Amino acid sequence: MCLGIPGEVIEFLPDQPDLARVDVSGVRRVINVGLLTDDLPKPGEWVLIHVGFALSKIDEAEAAAALQFLEGIGQAYADELEALQGSQIE
Amino acid sequence: MRFVDEFRSADKAHALAAKIAGLCEPGRQYKLMEVCGGHTHTIYKHGLEDYLPESITLVHGPGCPVCVIPMGRVDDAMALASQPDTIMTSFGDMMRVPGSQGSFFDAKAQGTDIRMVYSPLDSLKIARQNPDKRVVFMAIGFETTTPSTAMTVLRAAAEKLDNFSIFCNHVTIIPAIKAILDSPDLRLDGFIGPGHVSTVIGCRPYEFIARDYGKPVVVAGFEPLDILQSIYMLMVQLSEGRSEVENQYTRVVPWDGNLAALTAINQVMELRPYFEWRGLGFISHSAMRVRPEFAKYDAELLFEVPGVRVADPKACQCGEVLKGVLKPWECKVFGTACTPETPIGTCMVSPEGACAAYYNFGRMNRRRVVEVSIS
Amino acid sequence: MTDRGTWVDQALREHEEHAGPLSQEAEPGAARPGAAQPGAAQPGAASDREQQVLDRIDRARRRRPRVREERITMSHGAGGKATRTLVEAVFLDAFRNPLLEPLEDSAQLHVNGGRVALTTDSYVVSPLFFPGGDIGDLAVNGTVNDLAVSGATPLYLSAGFILEEGFPVADLVGIVTSMKAAAEVAGVQVVTGDTKVVERGKADGCYINTAGVGVIEHDVSLGVANAQPGDAVIVSGPVGDHGVTIMLARGELDIEADITSDTAPLNGLIADLLAATPGVRALRDATRGGVATILNEVATAAGVGVLVNEDAIPVRTAVRGASELLGIDPMYVACEGRLVAVVDGGEAGKALAALRSHPLGADAAIIGHITADPPGLVLLNTAFGGTRIVDLLVGDPLPRIC
Repeated sequence: MCLGIPGEVIEFLPDQPDLARVDVSGVRRVINVGLLTDDLPKPGEWVLIHVGFALSKIDEAEAAAALQFLEGIGQAYADELEALQGSQIE
Repeated sequence: MRFVDEFRSADKAHALAAKIAGLCEPGRQYKLMEVCGGHTHTIYKHGLEDYLPESITLVHGPGCPVCVIPMGRVDDAMALASQPDTIMTSFGDMMRVPGSQGSFFDAKAQGTDIRMVYSPLDSLKIARQNPDKRVVFMAIGFETTTPSTAMTVLRAAAEKLDNFSIFCNHVTIIPAIKAILDSPDLRLDGFIGPGHVSTVIGCRPYEFIARDYGKPVVVAGFEPLDILQSIYMLMVQLSEGRSEVENQYTRVVPWDGNLAALTAINQVMELRPYFEWRGLGFISHSAMRVRPEFAKYDAELLFEVPGVRVADPKACQCGEVLKGVLKPWECKVFGTACTPETPIGTCMVSPEGACAAYYNFGRMNRRRVVEVSIS
Repeated sequence: MTDRGTWVDQALREHEEHAGPLSQEAEPGAARPGAAQPGAAQPGAASDREQQVLDRIDRARRRRPRVREERITMSHGAGGKATRTLVEAVFLDAFRNPLLEPLEDSAQLHVNGGRVALTTDSYVVSPLFFPGGDIGDLAVNGTVNDLAVSGATPLYLSAGFILEEGFPVADLVGIVTSMKAAAEVAGVQVVTGDTKVVERGKADGCYINTAGVGVIEHDVSLGVANAQPGDAVIVSGPVGDHGVTIMLARGELDIEADITSDTAPLNGLIADLLAATPGVRALRDATRGGVATILNEVATAAGVGVLVNEDAIPVRTAVRGASELLGIDPMYVACEGRLVAVVDGGEAGKALAALRSHPLGADAAIIGHITADPPGLVLLNTAFGGTRIVDLLVGDPLPRIC
């Protein structure tokens, strides 16, 4: 029920401003973007899809920031592991 | 898959797990509740508990909208479906929920016209294609799904479709969380907040949890790294003695929610004075019904429903599982009398139910399995 | 319709008779209001209590299968738990004999000193025509494959048709043309058949049943019960193509993608594999219920554990996308031209090489191995690094798939 999938907006349907075609890993479906009328997505932008509707735009900057944080933690961890392996107490 | 695969990467998981373990105070036990059934599903599906230290227990909450539907409402839905010249449409997860006379699935085997749909809009299509039949949509879900139902009703009104209606069982998340917080059975340290519900309602509604109950809340995404990161953020708050609402799922959840969605809901629906929740009893202002202006789309007004309150079978302990008081395997009938094929209660039926998740994904001795999987 | 109240009481009574009183286990200590929570301070104790529950569930699962429903539901045709229960409780129970009991894809018969394989399948796919083939292709390839995975050389097929009044003859000709072409590729002949017509509204256009006969020439005796700890588990290519193709072809989901059915005869591929190594323990073609169902059959029949790595399972990007969109798992989605092989661990390299050198096996991959423990369970090492089980399917995400 909470199933929401990111998809890329490909195009809007002519004569139907509420409907857009999205692509999810090569699979295409028409969805309703009526919940995003205040800030309609443009082709190339990504949205979160739930039961045939776009619920939210995916903020690529935030996604990148989130990944960067995770990468940072990952790197710090890797560094620490390396340091641990490299150091010798006796 | 973009925005999915990056958040499933195992190497970053180890780092987060180490940091989480590092934040645990020696000798202290932590209980964190993930409210949302989608989170329960992810946790079990990806084996996330393998990354957590034994001092952190994840408690599964009532955020599965299928699981909280009482049997009487299922019976009402079945009564609607059995009316002559009626097509009932429903999401897949509702199909096997048991009422006192069986499920939609059983009724379908007997000839009742019940069809599975992916989107409420598909029901509209069926209504257009079958003008001589009445199409009823079984509307369930938390605030994630409510706007979609509302938009569908608005569309039906715009098209002047007069053979379409909804049986509204939408529920709201905050009263459920409040019921958990007020329950004497539980002492939780923090909440992994619902992800997609928050795209609609935003993060502000959770502020009372931090402010009045002193528990930190982190709104989390649905990939395993999202959940692990949220747990990390909760542990940071706990170690610093803070209790605030934070948003981990910033790429999707806006702090203020989705105004268009909230407006659509408000236009079409209003809060019921009270509604019965399986396991939690009657909760006031916790569910939606169709506004009088849209009465032509309200199946409860158009048709006769029995409206009888049906008690759960005595053996069923779904209520306690939904409140997080019992782990699925602690329910007396788990896995023996109650299985996904032969469910006694809703927690075993819905893919987001804690019992289904545990039975389908987690039913193994973790220690033995860890030994086997690294061999 | 069964009254749920008495059904529940009956189920409880049954379990108490067989497995002991249900109240006799873990008191959930944390449930008492206000009580101090020793809870996870004794993680060992909780883990033991959990293990007791898991053991009890295991005993319950091993009990004699019974069909509880009064009427057939779509689940009974899904190829998962309900199908299995129906087959064991109704068909096997009635016809029981040593030749039927293995419940393999073909029966292995001894006739005049030689070994013959016999199989049958019915095809009810909807729609009849789809990207990559039609019901005729499935009807030939499916039965050829059931023979081939038993180690038999497929020779002859029968073809029975049930046609709906009003079905276009041109469509029938199209289907039969496909069958002819498929039979030629597979090297088999259709030597007998039957035709029936039913009234408009039944048979959904066309249903086909094919039975097949082949000769088992190899010394090798294949069967899922032969799996042993240390064996490798191999799939011959990307999974889920057929099921997703059918789902999209039904047009109800308004989804477009470039996916086609993988229907193909596997006897050539299998002949190459069996010639390359004697270490093949079992072969199955993954149809309804997908790869996950086969892995469970191996685990149950041989009493072994099966451990697979999510990362290693080949899935086409578009199949993955469609599955994510719909919330289904490619491991449970039907294929019609893929095999799962259980091979002696030491011979896995040779087996893989043999598969990969054949066009139908170009993307073959080792997806996991057989373990002694935990017996009867299939475990998945997720891409994320955790572990979970892979159980038999309940219900039917994709009806009328083949």
